[in-house]
Parts: sequence; structure tokens; C-alpha cells
Amino acid sequence: MPNPIDIAARATPRPMARRIRGLSDRAIAWLFVGPTILLLLAINIFPLIWTVRLSFTNYAANRPNRDVEWVGLRNYSRILTDADTWANMQTTAHFLIWTITFQVLIGFALAWAINRKFRGNDLMTTLIVLPMMLSPAVVGNFWTFLYQPQIGLVNYAVEWVSGIPASSFSMLGPGGWARWAIVIVDTWMWTPFVMLICLAGLRSIPDYIYEAAEVDRASKWRQFWTITLPMALPFLMLAVLFRGIENFKMFDMVTLLTGGGPGDETLLTSIDLKREAFEKWRTGYASAYAIILFVTVFGLASIYVKALNKVKER
Amino acid sequence: MNIASLAGSSAIAAVLLITASHARAQSTELTLCWAAWDPANALVELSKDFEAQSGIKMKFEFVPWPNFADRMLNELNSGGKLCDLMIGDSQWIGGSAENGHYVKLNDFFDANGISMDAFVPATVTGYSEWPKNSPNYWSLPAFGDVVGWTYRKDWFERPDIQAEFKEKYGRDLTPPATMAELKEVGEFFQGREIDGKTVYGLSIYTERGSEGITMGVMDVLYSFGFLYENPEKPYDMEGFVNSPGAVAGLEFYKSLYDCCVAPGTSNTYMGEGIDAYKSGQVAMQMNFAFTWPGFEVDPNVGGGRTGYLVNPAGPDGQQFAQLGGQGISVVAYSEKQDAALEYIKWFAKPETQAKWWSMGGFSCLRAVVEDPGFATSQPYAQTFLDSMAVVKDFWAEPSYAILLQDSQARFHDYVVAGNGTAKEARDGLIADWTEAFEDDGKL
Repeated sequence: MPNPIDIAARATPRPMARRIRGLSDRAIAWLFVGPTILLLLAINIFPLIWTVRLSFTNYAANRPNRDVEWVGLRNYSRILTDADTWANMQTTAHFLIWTITFQVLIGFALAWAINRKFRGNDLMTTLIVLPMMLSPAVVGNFWTFLYQPQIGLVNYAVEWVSGIPASSFSMLGPGGWARWAIVIVDTWMWTPFVMLICLAGLRSIPDYIYEAAEVDRASKWRQFWTITLPMALPFLMLAVLFRGIENFKMFDMVTLLTGGGPGDETLLTSIDLKREAFEKWRTGYASAYAIILFVTVFGLASIYVKALNKVKER
Repeated sequence: MNIASLAGSSAIAAVLLITASHARAQSTELTLCWAAWDPANALVELSKDFEAQSGIKMKFEFVPWPNFADRMLNELNSGGKLCDLMIGDSQWIGGSAENGHYVKLNDFFDANGISMDAFVPATVTGYSEWPKNSPNYWSLPAFGDVVGWTYRKDWFERPDIQAEFKEKYGRDLTPPATMAELKEVGEFFQGREIDGKTVYGLSIYTERGSEGITMGVMDVLYSFGFLYENPEKPYDMEGFVNSPGAVAGLEFYKSLYDCCVAPGTSNTYMGEGIDAYKSGQVAMQMNFAFTWPGFEVDPNVGGGRTGYLVNPAGPDGQQFAQLGGQGISVVAYSEKQDAALEYIKWFAKPETQAKWWSMGGFSCLRAVVEDPGFATSQPYAQTFLDSMAVVKDFWAEPSYAILLQDSQARFHDYVVAGNGTAKEARDGLIADWTEAFEDDGKL
């Protein structure tokens, strides 16, 4: 039976085979990865370098006839000394910290519950993961109605539980609830994702470890702290990384829910950046803003990935 | 000639034929870009006359209002060829003229006997001129619009409601003539039971994302004496943008928001206002005049149940209203500029303009609006005319988008979120606008 490599070699046109035969393995490797690298350079690296360059200018994409001036570090100093930027950073941090905290706690608890065998387990899992299958645009509109003070279920539920009149407060309006309202929606939507990752972690723990712990008469609590949590920790950390990156760039859902308001109460950095770049058209300023956010995310993610690797090595 | 070369020649001929016919079809097809709203549907109908007369096929690209500026300014800024004709917002005129997005129309107007004197002066200044008050025209006034008020005439005329109002305020319940009266009416209806349903006083603009709250606040501010700049010294804003009147106007707008709107209306603009009014939720509604024809035919609020009102006067008797509306321009990147100009020539004709008004389009042609029968042609016609006589508009500078977003943030933060004071909001706005004009080299 002919060797498949021989068949492939014979199928190669002679002139090309002759040319390839003259190349080293390294050269052939470059030949194959070259187009991909070129593509990456064109769509990733070049725009990044171009953005860095623009960040030192007063370029405005909607003013092609205006002279582009080199402004040095002015854009950076304006952004970093602007109290509004720091307020938006705080809003983003509030959103990140609380969504991740709730999603990890609830997601892990759900995974823990789902991991046990019980009747209707599969149906329950399917129902729980439904929210993450919806489009953020649908979720944003859907929750806008749920939060409506006059017809929304949320306000009616609060009235039913607490006696506070439904139309006396607005989750998306003034009163300080809007920041929490977006946290609730994101938690509702993305907790199932964290649950699935935790479930994978829990199911990867071999049964014999628990059996050995039972033999040693370790309590369930002790088993949780010394077996379940440490072994599921890399998965949990991965979930935190994914959700952190996703929520740092959160845009669509919050835009639909609040548009960044009331005032700037829910103005996340991603929404602010979009406004600077594509509504105010301050391209140079927005480029500097994007670079600052990139460095922040890159720095935080690098530290986090190092910690994750350390946990995995243990 | 063998079979292969025959097949090859046939294929090339077919491709050439298809390409040629496609090019011919393309050359006789114009794309008009506008917002997706009722007047746009009327324009589609109106344009059928143009298609029949010229043989040019019309295509339309309509974008919902909240995304209209984003989408269309992106198109213009990228030099896109999607639109041959653009009915762009009045505030775009400075940027579109200076950045070369629109074709200058002076020569075309002269050659075709189209005079700007034939149009309502405020619409020419607002939609066509750049620089303002100079005879440089970049569009033909296409759709006149202005912020005004609608009120539930049927509620205002009820004897029980009238009696209660008179007892409370010592005067008859009439459409408010002043801002103070407007607030009284709002307070009176707020939370009132009418036909077994809780209703609210007013619907005003509070939208944060695009331009909503700025249009609403400015509509009130002008009548409180607000000016964008020193009339003697352009871009000098200190003492004008934060004048005592401007501060009082902003405080008044917040008081309307606090006293008289329905719960949960912290992010509302034109669409939400229409819904609130048509559903019988509010007694009075602030909105652009384009919404008025829709109310007349609505089963809930039409048939004489709606009254129309010019923006009420401020504390010193000054009365102004926020200009809306748009002009129609030829996009400089279009390859079919001749056909696009032909459309404008047809659109400027008096008979086209008369039909435009009859179909729900707010014509800006004086021959139409000064016709003796115009004021009685629709229940809202006189209010439209009176409102158009007192219009003022937001900055139309090339950097208008920055100026607009700055005011959106400042106004929403004070009016809706309740942060800081009106004076702080106005002072902050001067700082923001000064930075924008400094970046532009105008200060």
C-alpha cells in the first residue's frame, strides 16, 4: 500500500517540489506562517502602532481638512488629570468587582448544586444557562421593561415584599440604584457561564480523592476547603479572567439600559471611549484614552495570569 | 475559432453586457438618506412623482433617530458613497460645509432660479447657511421643525377639572402662556385620577445618549434669556452661558422634572414622548412639530382631543423655541450629483412643496406657509407658523458634536441625577466649551 506522504509528494508539481527541496525546514515553516503573521501585523499590530502615533496628535477623523498638530503628551495629561475620567474608572471598577463577586459566588453555588445527581438535573441545567444564550441587546431592552416603575415586575416585586410603592422609585433613574441595576442584569445573564466553568472544574476532581477523605473521616466542610475549592480554584480564576476582560469592555447592554446615565452614574470607560471617538470625534484624545485602557488591562491581566499559573503549578 | 475560444468570447460578452446594464441602472438610481420617521414615509410617496417625471429611480436609507447622527456622520466622515442626497440635521451644516461633505449650492440655485428669499428666513439660516448669516448655501430647506407642546384639550375642557383648577389656582384652566403657568398645569395633573387611571403632568426630554435633554433644556432656556455667546464678541461665553437667566432656566427645567413627569422617565426623547401622550399618560407633552400630524389621526388623542401650543414665554416675557428640522444637500462624494441636483430642483417647486405639506411634510416655502388657507389647513398649522417665528438653534459649529455631548453630560447630571447646582453645571459647560473652541483655534 503506498505511503500517504509519498502520494502527497508525488502530487506536488515538479517545479514547485524542486523549489521547495532547496529550502530549509525553517524557511518552509516561515513560508507557512508568514501569511498569518502578515495578516496579524496588518489588522492588529499596525493599528496599535497607528493608534499610539495618533494619541500624540490633535487628529479628528471628522475634520480631514484641519491640520494635524503634534501635541506631545497633552492628551495623556488631560485624561489623567480629568476628574470625570477617574469617576468613570471608579464606575467601571464598581461594575467589575460586584459582577464578578456575585457571578463567582452564585455560579459556584449553582455548579455545586447541579453537580449532584437528581431528577431533572439536565432540564435544570438547560434552564439556568438560557440567559447567556440571549443577545445583550435583547437582555438590555427586556430588563428596561422589567425595571419600568409603572409596569415593571421588579418594582412590583419590591412593593410586594417591602410595601414601598412601585412607582416611587426608579432602578434606572436617579436615586443611586442605577449602578446596582446594571450589576444585577449582568449577573443574571452571565452567572450561568461561570457556573459551567465551575461545573467543569468540579467534575474534573476524581472521586477517589473524596473516597480517601471519607476513609480519613474528613467532614464535608473539611473536604470542601481542602479538596473541592483548591482543585476547582484554577477554573474559578479562569472564569474571573474571562468575565473581567468581558466586563471591562462592556458596552451594549449598559448603553441600552441607561445610556451611561443618570448623569454619568453608569458611564463605563468603554462607553466614554466610544463617545470620545465616534460621537465627539476627538480621535487623538480617544487614541490616548484607548492606550491608557490597554496598558491598564494588559498590566492587570499579566499579573493575574502569573497568579493563575502559580495556582495551577501547586 | 474553436469551441473553447467561442465559449470564452461569449462569456466575456455576457459579463460586459451585464456590467453595462448594471452601470446604466446605477446611474439612474439615487439614494436619499434621512432619519426613519413618519415624514420619511411621506417623502417616499412624494418622490414617486419625481420618479415618474424624471425616470430616475429613488432608493431610501432611513436610520432611527437615536442612531441617525452616528450612522450618517460616519458615512460622511468616511467619504462614503452610500448617499447621493442627505437630509442632515441642522447642526451638521458647519462641519459638513467646512469638511467638504456637502456640495455648495449657490451656483446651482442661481442657474435654476431658486431663491432663498422664497423660504422662511429662520429655516434658511438654520438649515442652509454656513457661516451663519452669510449667503453661502449648502442645502435647501426641506423640513421645518420646532419644539412645541401638545395638550389634552378634552381634559382641559372638562367642567369638573376646570372647576377644581380654578379653586386651586384662582384662574381658568387654559393652555399655559408662561413657563410659570406650565408648571402649575403640570403640578395640577400630576398623579390625578382621570377615567379611573392615574395620569401625570408633563412629558419632557430627558434622554442622555444623543441630544434629547439638550433640546429640551435649550427650549426652555432661550425664554429665560440664555445666549450662547456675547453678541459683540463671538465665543465669549462668560456671563452669557452662565447668566442669572440661564441658571434660573436650568433650575426651572429641573423643577419640571422633579414635579411633573411620570415615574421612570429619566431617559426619554421623541418616541417615548409620543407613547406617553398617545397612551393618555400625560396631560401635556413637549415634542417636535413633526409628531403633530400623527396625533390628529390617532384614535386615542385625535379628532379634536389635542391642542397645540407655542413654547410658553419666560419670566421676562421672552418667547423662543428650539429649532428642529433639516435641509436637503447633495453629498460631495456622490457620483450622481447631476441627478441629485435634479431632485432638489424638483423638490423646490411650489407645487411639490404644496403637496409635501398636504402629505404631512412641514414645508419651508413661504408660498406654502403664507398662503391664506395655510393657517386653517390643519389644527396645528397656526401653532407651527407661530413657533417657527421664534426659533433659535444650538451651535452649528464644526465641533458641534463635542459641544452637544458636553451639554448632554452637564444637563443630565444636574437635572436627572440631581448632582451639584445649576450654576455649577453652567460654569462647567463654559469650561468644556472653551476647551473645545481652544482646540479649534477659535479662542
